[in-house]
Amino acid sequence: MTAAGITLEAAAARRRGGLLRRSLGHGGLVLGGAILAAIIAIALAAPLIAPHDPYNQDLAHRLIPPIWQAKGSWEHALGTDKLGRDYLSRLIFGARISLLIGTLTVIISGTIGTVIGVCAGYFGGRVDAVLSYVVTTRLALPVVLVALASAALVGSSLEGVIIVLGLLLWDRFAVVTRSATQQIARTDYVAAARAIGCSTLRILGSEILPNILNALIVVATLEMAHAILLEAALSFLGLGVQPPLPSWGLMISEGKQYMFFSPWVIGVPAAALVALVLAINLVGDGLRDVTAPENRG
Amino acid sequence: MALLEVDNLTVDIPLADGVLHAVNGVSFSLERGETLAIVGESGSGKSMTSLALMNLLPKRAERSAGRLVFDGIDLATAPETRMRGLRGNRMAMIFQEPMTSLNPSYSIGNQLTEALRCHRSVSAAEARDRAVQLLDKVGIPTAARRLNQYPHQLSGGLRQRVMIAMALMCGPDLIIADEPTTALDVTIQAQILHLLADLKTEFGMAMILISHDLGVVARVADKVAVMYAGRVVESGAARPLFRAPRHPYTRGLLNCIPVPGRTAPGAPLGAIPGQLPSLIGPQQGCAFRQRCAFAAAECAGDIPFAAAGPGHLVRCVRAEALEAAA
Amino acid sequence: MSETLLELRHVTRTFDLSQGVFRRAATLTAVADVSLTVKRGEVFALVGESGSGKTTLAKMLLGLLPPSSGEILVGGTPISAKDRVAVSRRVQPIFQDPYSSLNPRKPVAQLIALPLLVHGVGDRATRRAKVMEMLELVGLSPRHYDSYPGQLSGGQRQRVAIARALILRPEVVICDEPTSALDVSVQAQILNLLLELKRELGLTYFFISHNLAVVEHLADRVAVMYLGRFVEERTRVGLFASPRHPYTRALLQSVLTPDPDLGVPDTRIGATMIGGDVGCPFHPRCPDAIDICRTTPPAVRTLPDGWATCHLVEEEALQIS
Repeated sequence: MTAAGITLEAAAARRRGGLLRRSLGHGGLVLGGAILAAIIAIALAAPLIAPHDPYNQDLAHRLIPPIWQAKGSWEHALGTDKLGRDYLSRLIFGARISLLIGTLTVIISGTIGTVIGVCAGYFGGRVDAVLSYVVTTRLALPVVLVALASAALVGSSLEGVIIVLGLLLWDRFAVVTRSATQQIARTDYVAAARAIGCSTLRILGSEILPNILNALIVVATLEMAHAILLEAALSFLGLGVQPPLPSWGLMISEGKQYMFFSPWVIGVPAAALVALVLAINLVGDGLRDVTAPENRG
Repeated sequence: MALLEVDNLTVDIPLADGVLHAVNGVSFSLERGETLAIVGESGSGKSMTSLALMNLLPKRAERSAGRLVFDGIDLATAPETRMRGLRGNRMAMIFQEPMTSLNPSYSIGNQLTEALRCHRSVSAAEARDRAVQLLDKVGIPTAARRLNQYPHQLSGGLRQRVMIAMALMCGPDLIIADEPTTALDVTIQAQILHLLADLKTEFGMAMILISHDLGVVARVADKVAVMYAGRVVESGAARPLFRAPRHPYTRGLLNCIPVPGRTAPGAPLGAIPGQLPSLIGPQQGCAFRQRCAFAAAECAGDIPFAAAGPGHLVRCVRAEALEAAA
Repeated sequence: MSETLLELRHVTRTFDLSQGVFRRAATLTAVADVSLTVKRGEVFALVGESGSGKTTLAKMLLGLLPPSSGEILVGGTPISAKDRVAVSRRVQPIFQDPYSSLNPRKPVAQLIALPLLVHGVGDRATRRAKVMEMLELVGLSPRHYDSYPGQLSGGQRQRVAIARALILRPEVVICDEPTSALDVSVQAQILNLLLELKRELGLTYFFISHNLAVVEHLADRVAVMYLGRFVEERTRVGLFASPRHPYTRALLQSVLTPDPDLGVPDTRIGATMIGGDVGCPFHPRCPDAIDICRTTPPAVRTLPDGWATCHLVEEEALQIS
């Protein structure tokens, strides 16, 4: 550590609220965080703010254009789809599905990947060799094809999508936690913990895990975006969430035949997807920047 | 004319909670062929001072100086292109960590010749010849073969020698060595210091040696500047300064070091209580007064430099009184 | 006669370095046939530079690494991987780098109390009391109870590490360069603290350092390590008065005291390590090497206050008698 570095670090470390202040100063993090918070709030408050029932079909009012076109009205601010269902309401409820899938998938894949990565990183040797082989095998699998095949075998549903994606998307977690664990395992405080007589489990949970949390959270946000996009793709192909659930991917699929005449049918859910994924990526990048050691002082 | 004249050098770093005064009004001069040692602990500002000379400070640092002249060239106003022309060419730097100061992806020969060809239009063959010549000079055996080796194939001591050779490629007038031996083994340290001294004499270079090791400084330096909290607190020729240190901090530092044969084994070492004060915000009075056993009311005011002997300056208002009492 | 707390008998540790899939792994001998005894209340100093094997030796003493061969005894009982918990009550470490020896995510109180938690000592109230007691003992203000390592200076962090090491009142403390990463003024504070605690708590230190001035200040016995072997082991007084092994002499010459009238000594030892696998491992660098040094490994030569492994010492002793 250079003397310059020490001076700066001592100055910066004097305040613990540094993380919050840095977060608020990071443009991307603030923007992404705001959008994400808005989407989460909308999803949580869906029954309260959706103007109509998203499943209510009204064949007399099919394909009404959204408010910014000539024939639009505030009755259906974002228009209606081919079955007359209010698009705004479907969009709002669709947020729930995307977020639900994103969160549950990340929890499942995060747990699997972290366990594999931490064990590989801490124990090294043969354990690492075997687990790395498992990771490599997983990396060799094309996720979308495997998902399609699973859907074909067990049928497609919301739960199915979550389970399949959860069991497939753990690779980045494993790789990142493995290298983070290797770094932490080399430190003196882990050696000290062993010298004090700590059991391996205690070391993994109490010394290693809290210190890889930063990297883990960043990967989690990025994998969440990944899962959401994959679900949209699967639903678009008809092998994910089934109608009449208002998954944004499904909405795009259902609207593809009207693409040229009623472009909003695809445009609106697509824009929502882009916004959500962008927000998540901004938050992930922002968290990485803000918690990176180079930025500490 | 002195080779390097520094007057009232200041480096401020704006932080969220205020301005960090890393270097606070540092002045010194260096003649050709002289060795000036800047001694201090962490947070003293010694490394920042050397970076300020070469204008290699971190982006948000603000440098200012009354006078910053190197061989007639005004460094304070020199544009970056001018500075690049000087760095590695007339002023070279040797860093502390030989492990990370050499690029692991390029061979030694590549890095050495690049150092020369950046500043002189010589052919690749001429550059290689000079590289071999210098590697030999710095005591690396089978120099010609080494050119194709990579940093990871050399030990720390050898890497530091390569760094020294690299610094010499263009025949600089000034070498700034920032803790050049701290990361090395003790037996290698002596050899590297010897080497630096020999090369200095042979090439007629001046050297600024930055170190926290008073032993190294005492043996190597012609002039010494002791820094504390961004300020020079005592400066002068090495011999009188070490024989009769006047500033309580310098005295305290020398008392801290166990010296075989002089300090009684097992007896408590003289320690300086407390720790470095904050360098953020307005710096009033003597920075050392909270830790000083001799502090008095006047230490909170302005502390000018006082002469303590020919060429020996001390920045302490109590120094005279302490000397009289002794 | 003081009891022997720590003993090593012909301890060797080798590592296999993989040379790729198709070549047989190369063996690196980090520690070669080391034997020593440390008596209760003693400060045993181990001097070595990088590559000497001192860190590997420290890890073995802490039970973190098993020896490839030989025995390590704590209080007369040989230790094995299974007794890590039992060993940890008697032997504790203080590491060199105060910036990496404390978990940055835990507050000071949790760091210091960890040994109590692991060994099931006391309840929450007792733990709190003991932590406060330790904070006072190491000279830290009680307001640091909830501080995080990032808020503390190097010296303060080292004090936390010392508090953690001593909270279970171990008998032996393995100090691996505890002051090398600290500023000079802080170094003095920590060394004074270590000496004071040794007296107060009746500790025994195994003190690893490359700084001979510090070793001269603290140690009762000193061993010098080179490339995995002990080359000389003497009392402090004896070693500093008359070092016998050429490596020890070079080390002592390299100590730079702040004396402006002296220049930088020329230790005359070479830089190359090639050829050290035949004969004496030090011969490629030794300024006094003779023919026999290049062919035959030197035997241990007993001295009045210890021993040294050097052909020249043998000859010297023969001349005297």
